[in-house]
Parts: sequence; structure tokens; C-alpha cells
Amino acid sequence: MIRRVFRRPEKYSIFFQQLITEINSLGLGSLGIVSIISVFMGAVITIQSAFNFTSAWIPIYAVGLATRQGIILEFSPTIVSLILAGKVGSNIASEIGTMRVTEQIDALEVMGINPEGYLIMPKVMAAMLINPFLIIISMFLGIFGGWLFGVLTGVVTSYEYVYGIQYQLRPFSVYYALIKTVVFAFIITSVSSYCGYYTDGGSLEVGRSSTRAVVYSSILILIFNFMLTQLLMA
Amino acid sequence: MIEVRQLSKSFNNRKVLKDISLNFEQGKCNLIIGESGSGKTVLVKSMIGLIKPDTGEVLYDDRNFTRMNFFEKKIIRQEMGVLFQGGALFDSMTVEENIIFPLSMFTEKSLEEKVERANFCLRRVNLSNVSKLFPAELSGGMKKRVAIARAIAVSPRYLICDEPNSGLDPITSIVIDELIKEITYEYNITTIVITHDMNSVLEIGDTIAFLYKGDILWKGNKEEILHAGKKELVDFVYATKFLKEFRKRIIE
Repeated sequence: MIRRVFRRPEKYSIFFQQLITEINSLGLGSLGIVSIISVFMGAVITIQSAFNFTSAWIPIYAVGLATRQGIILEFSPTIVSLILAGKVGSNIASEIGTMRVTEQIDALEVMGINPEGYLIMPKVMAAMLINPFLIIISMFLGIFGGWLFGVLTGVVTSYEYVYGIQYQLRPFSVYYALIKTVVFAFIITSVSSYCGYYTDGGSLEVGRSSTRAVVYSSILILIFNFMLTQLLMA
Repeated sequence: MIEVRQLSKSFNNRKVLKDISLNFEQGKCNLIIGESGSGKTVLVKSMIGLIKPDTGEVLYDDRNFTRMNFFEKKIIRQEMGVLFQGGALFDSMTVEENIIFPLSMFTEKSLEEKVERANFCLRRVNLSNVSKLFPAELSGGMKKRVAIARAIAVSPRYLICDEPNSGLDPITSIVIDELIKEITYEYNITTIVITHDMNSVLEIGDTIAFLYKGDILWKGNKEEILHAGKKELVDFVYATKFLKEFRKRIIE
């Protein structure tokens, strides 16, 4: 199937049109939920850290440092990808699954169009292109949320927090997060497309495919998260 | 002309098609009839390459479709118009976009030319003021007509219709049948229609093949079918008690 997905598109102009549509649908359509979750998760990480760093040996700027590391290394790339697996994955599986059971995929095939390439490749490419931007926005908003709520609740001063988020910043952490994001974007779109494409039956099966897509994508994200961390950080 | 030679297909050791051999003539409405589960859809899906047959060959004007690779099949498929049971219109596209779609994929026509062609096809199937609507906003009969418009947009040599009347009232069914017949004669294309609607059989059946439990039991035309003697076919044609009684009186 993967071979057919990445076969040369029938027409590049239509492929780019599809790609833009998918970037809009999969990426920009998820911006709202990603933003809200990131701001509040940043806030929670900051407050949790502040209340747990009770030792006098731990400087207060460590709250900013912990928030930054938590957001960049794990929350934004992994947790946001898990959330996207739920939102985008179920959307893709149900869309393609419905096209399968209503014979729309058969219609594409008998027109002489490669349905895997036409339907799946733009989704995979769009997610791999737009998700890193989503994750960067999530990182900024998470750290911003931590600062905002940290300062508002008085658990950390603005100066200490900003000092903490700048403390020993390694650019590799961001690269590591972006590498993970691209891999997770591929997992979400390809697994969900696969589940949708091989839907057999009626509307009940479309629902099952959608659930399967979310479950399999999430499990694979967790496994690959472990493997990539071991590979890139060890 | 489309030729089917000794086509067989099994699912889980259950033979659905048993060495089917048929010829579908150009410029005629070729009907495949039979009760539900007799293998009609499997036969047509095998012919258009959606199901891989176990044995046998399908020839489109002497071009062996079953032995072709993906790219060769693609050329034949661009000469095909297929009308699916549910219409299979793309939900995310308007009626106009649905009809334009195959043209955008395979021709270098300008947008104006494509829109003109779409409007022509819509007029041909007697539809107007629907081009900006989405499939969900259309009735069952309109969907079928849009699907026919999409199928003829690429000027096909072969038109294949899978139960074009399913789910339609008798009046709309006759409109669809008339349309298929007119298009077949007007463009001199090879049309295959799967149906179990006797009105369609009598309306457009230039050649008819009766499929029973995966086997061709009878071949003929709409005049001959009323006088055919095979029990299974008689049971199919004269399905109701009323029709059975009617037939008995005619024979007597």
C-alpha cells in the first residue's frame, strides 16, 4: 500500500491543491485545541513544579527550567501528537472509511485514478509539513501559559521564570522534538488512512475503523517515542 | 464490444461465478439480470478490475484487460463510465466539481471548457440549477442522473451501470432507463446494465443474460424473455402470484 501511496501523482496541480486543503484541514483546523491545551498544560506544569520544589537547595528559577524541558521534550511533541491522533486520526479514518463503504474509492479506481495516492499522500505530506509548526506554536504557548499563570498565582516571579527557561538551553532539544513530531505525524496519518481504507461493511464498521485508528496510532506513538528517545538521547 | 471468457470467482471456497462467457455488443443495452446474490455485481466488478477473478479473461475491443498492468488498465478505465448502485458521488464536491473531476484529471481543458462540458452533461440528463449543490442536497433520482452525467463527461466507449434503478420509484426508474438507452444509441457505446427490475428488462433489454447461482442460465432479448420456458427464469420474470396466473391464462 505504501508503494502505491507514494506513486507519482496523476496531476501535480491537483496534488498541490489537495495538499493545501489538507494543510488547512489537518493543521490549521487543530490550532485551536492545540493552543488551549498547551497554555493550560504549561500553567499546570509550572504550578506543579513550584509546589513540589520545596527544598531550599532548588532555586526558584528551576520552575521555569522544568516547564521548558517538560514542554519541549515531551508535552508538545508527544502529548500533542496523542491528542492529534484522536482528533486528526479519527477524522481521516472516518472520512476514508465512508468513502470506501459508499463506493467513492471504487469510483476513483475505475476512473483510472490511483486512490491511495490521491487520498492518502496529500494527508501524510500535509501532516508531516504542518505538524512541526503546530508543535513550535504549542511550545511557545505552553511556556507562555506557564509564565502567565505562574506570575498570576505568584508561585514564581517573571524574572526567575524567564531566567529558568533560558538556563542551559540546548537547541538539540528542539530538533529532537521536531524529529519526533515528523515521525508521529507519519504514524497518525498513515495508520489512520490504512484503517479507513480497509473498512469493510457499513457505518458501524466506519466507527470501528475510526476507533482502531486512534488506538493503533496512540500505541505506535508511545512505542516510537521510547525508541526515538533511546536513539537520540542516549 | 466487451467479451468475457470463462470467468470464475470464489470466496471462501464458495464459487460465486462459474466459467462465465458472454459478449456485450456495441450500441446496445446489454442486461445482466438475476436475483440478489446470484453474482451479478461480482461479475461486473471482476470485469472492471475491482475484483480479481480466479480464472478467465475480459476483453475490451480485443484488448485483454485481465492481463494488463496498472498503467495499461488506466487507459481502458479512462474510456469507461461506471454508474454505481449508490451513485458514488464525491461528498466533498459540488455537482459541477464531481462532473469536472475526471476532466481535470485526464484532460488539459480550460476551466471554462470543463464547466461548459459539465453543463452540457447536466442538460443531457435533464438537470438544471443543481451544479452548485452538494450530493447530500439531491434526491436519489437526481444523484443517479448526476452520476450518469459524470460517467458520460469523458465521452466513454463503455458504460457500466450497477442497478441504476435501485431505491427509485417506478416513474423515476423509467426516466433513468430511457436516459441510459438514449445515451447508448446516441453515442454508440457498449452499455452493460445490472438489474433485477423487470420494467427495465422490458424497457431497455436489447440483449439479456440471466445469471442464476453464478451461472448463465439463459440468453436472449426482451421479446424472447416473456416466452422463455426455463423454470428459474419463469419464477424470476413472473415473480408474483398475479403474474404467474396471468402467464398461465396466456398459455392456456
